[in-house]
Amino acid sequence: MNIFVLLKQTFDTEERIVLRDGVISEDGVKFVINPYDEFAVEQAIQLRDEFGGKVTVVSVGPDRASEALRTALAMGADEAVLIRGERIPADEAAVSRVLAAYLRQQSFDLILGGYFSIDQVAGQVAVRLAKLLDLPHTSAITGMKLEDGRAIVTRDAEGDQEIVEVALPALFTAQQGLNEPRYPSLQGIMKAKKKPLATLSLDDLGLTAEALEAGTSRISVSLPPERAEVRMIKGELRDQAAELVQLLRHEAKVI
Amino acid sequence: MNQTFLIVAETREGRLRQVVYEALTAAALSAGEGDRKIGVLLGSGVEMQVIELAACGLDQLYVIDDPSLHTYNPDTWSNALLAVIEQVKPDAIFLGHTAIGRDLAPLISASLNAGQISDVTDIRQADGRPVFTRPIYAGKAFEQRVANTRPYVVTIRPNNFQAAGPTNQSCEIVRLAPPAPSLRSFVKDVLKKASSKVDLTEAKYIVSGGRGVRGAEGFRLLEELADVLGGAVGASRGACDAGYCDYSMQIGQTGKVVTPEVYIACGISGAIQHLAGMSNSRVIIAINTDPEAPIFRVAHYGIVGDLFQVVPLLTEEFRKLLASQS
Repeated sequence: MNIFVLLKQTFDTEERIVLRDGVISEDGVKFVINPYDEFAVEQAIQLRDEFGGKVTVVSVGPDRASEALRTALAMGADEAVLIRGERIPADEAAVSRVLAAYLRQQSFDLILGGYFSIDQVAGQVAVRLAKLLDLPHTSAITGMKLEDGRAIVTRDAEGDQEIVEVALPALFTAQQGLNEPRYPSLQGIMKAKKKPLATLSLDDLGLTAEALEAGTSRISVSLPPERAEVRMIKGELRDQAAELVQLLRHEAKVI
Repeated sequence: MNQTFLIVAETREGRLRQVVYEALTAAALSAGEGDRKIGVLLGSGVEMQVIELAACGLDQLYVIDDPSLHTYNPDTWSNALLAVIEQVKPDAIFLGHTAIGRDLAPLISASLNAGQISDVTDIRQADGRPVFTRPIYAGKAFEQRVANTRPYVVTIRPNNFQAAGPTNQSCEIVRLAPPAPSLRSFVKDVLKKASSKVDLTEAKYIVSGGRGVRGAEGFRLLEELADVLGGAVGASRGACDAGYCDYSMQIGQTGKVVTPEVYIACGISGAIQHLAGMSNSRVIIAINTDPEAPIFRVAHYGIVGDLFQVVPLLTEEFRKLLASQS
């Protein structure tokens, strides 16, 4: 079982967003593996342990993304690849074409990724990649088992569960509930230092300038408007309930 | 040169989804005078919806009504949609940011080599082109994006655009044959978990419970309030983990992202993971016994008190108000 996992390094959930010169500042920010990609890494490790084979984690990103790849190696992945992305625009069409160029050179049974990244929240790259590689896919899976060259997965469809049978090779994106990702053990961290982490450039992948054209561009970033202080309602609970309903009708005008 | 906008409709429980009407508005905001709006409706047994949708100001409506489109399959649906796109040659394609839209949009974007802007909450014209605003970093920031390709693809977040209403414009209906069903993947079974009443992401009113609700019993109080408002019940991860309710109700970074008119947080402390799923709601009401709970920092109105007392009182007050106006 040869498994590739798509991994993105993201801001830690708890981080505040600070703009500096109109750009989101990375100063002092703690970075983590995108939480949805962590489910994918965990699933890949479990499948490898059950069926044998190899888990390769691959990321498109700046040099700092190698820390996230190293963490995935410490969790139990076998190899990591960082495709250095300085010239790659922050656009899902371009990123998916880069990944497709790399994966076309590999052989695999499964590709796993997260349902979406918690920073850009676009949820495009993995599904685009499935199309570019002409693979069947199921997104937002919360369960998975393999038998006879097929995967039986559970897909979260806005709360309903679809049981889907998919021929391999195929691509899946992980939704919360798929598994509980492990923490790297001390031994895992030590081992990870010796595991291969290759760095590829765009030239290594033979990408044309056309493949790197951005389908969309960010023109600005803004912060949400400052919130007015909460209005605490006082008095007897019964009066509070009545006042709140009146405020919603006459002040907020939402009912 | 006039442009063509394609709006992809979908149904849920035999009805057109609210987000379809909102996507019509979003397309209109992106369009200029003389631009054409064409709808496409994929599904099985959707004749009633064809009539409804055709009345909403479309120039044309493409329909593929076939049992093979009863449940979503990426191959079948994208092939069906691509067949329509082949004929219509749109400049832009609009979908709802729903379970189906989130999957279908990147598939057709990749097929068309198109740029896509996901989860859009606002559209403005600047320098003669539409600029799309979307939340990033769990609503802690917004980005403004433009498309560089033709066609381009947009998914819109439910509950952020006004719903388009019926017009007098006549609409030509075009029926196409179904695509070949997928041989690579198929849905064996569907387990209904979500409450079929009101979809959380499309609900105008959400009553949401956390650990403070203390059990499935407590959630019944929230359901009563939601029923009076015609809304839906949501939950924090804590409440789901504790087994008070199904994960299909979870709102947060993992779970659903919602932007209702009114969000009533009952016994929810307001962990950042939860705020990520609801902080962009129009009006947030927090009910909590702890006046220091972080939920009050994002709330517009706050009541410090026991939800078991406050929620039934609110239900009663809303019932009175809504009864008096009908």
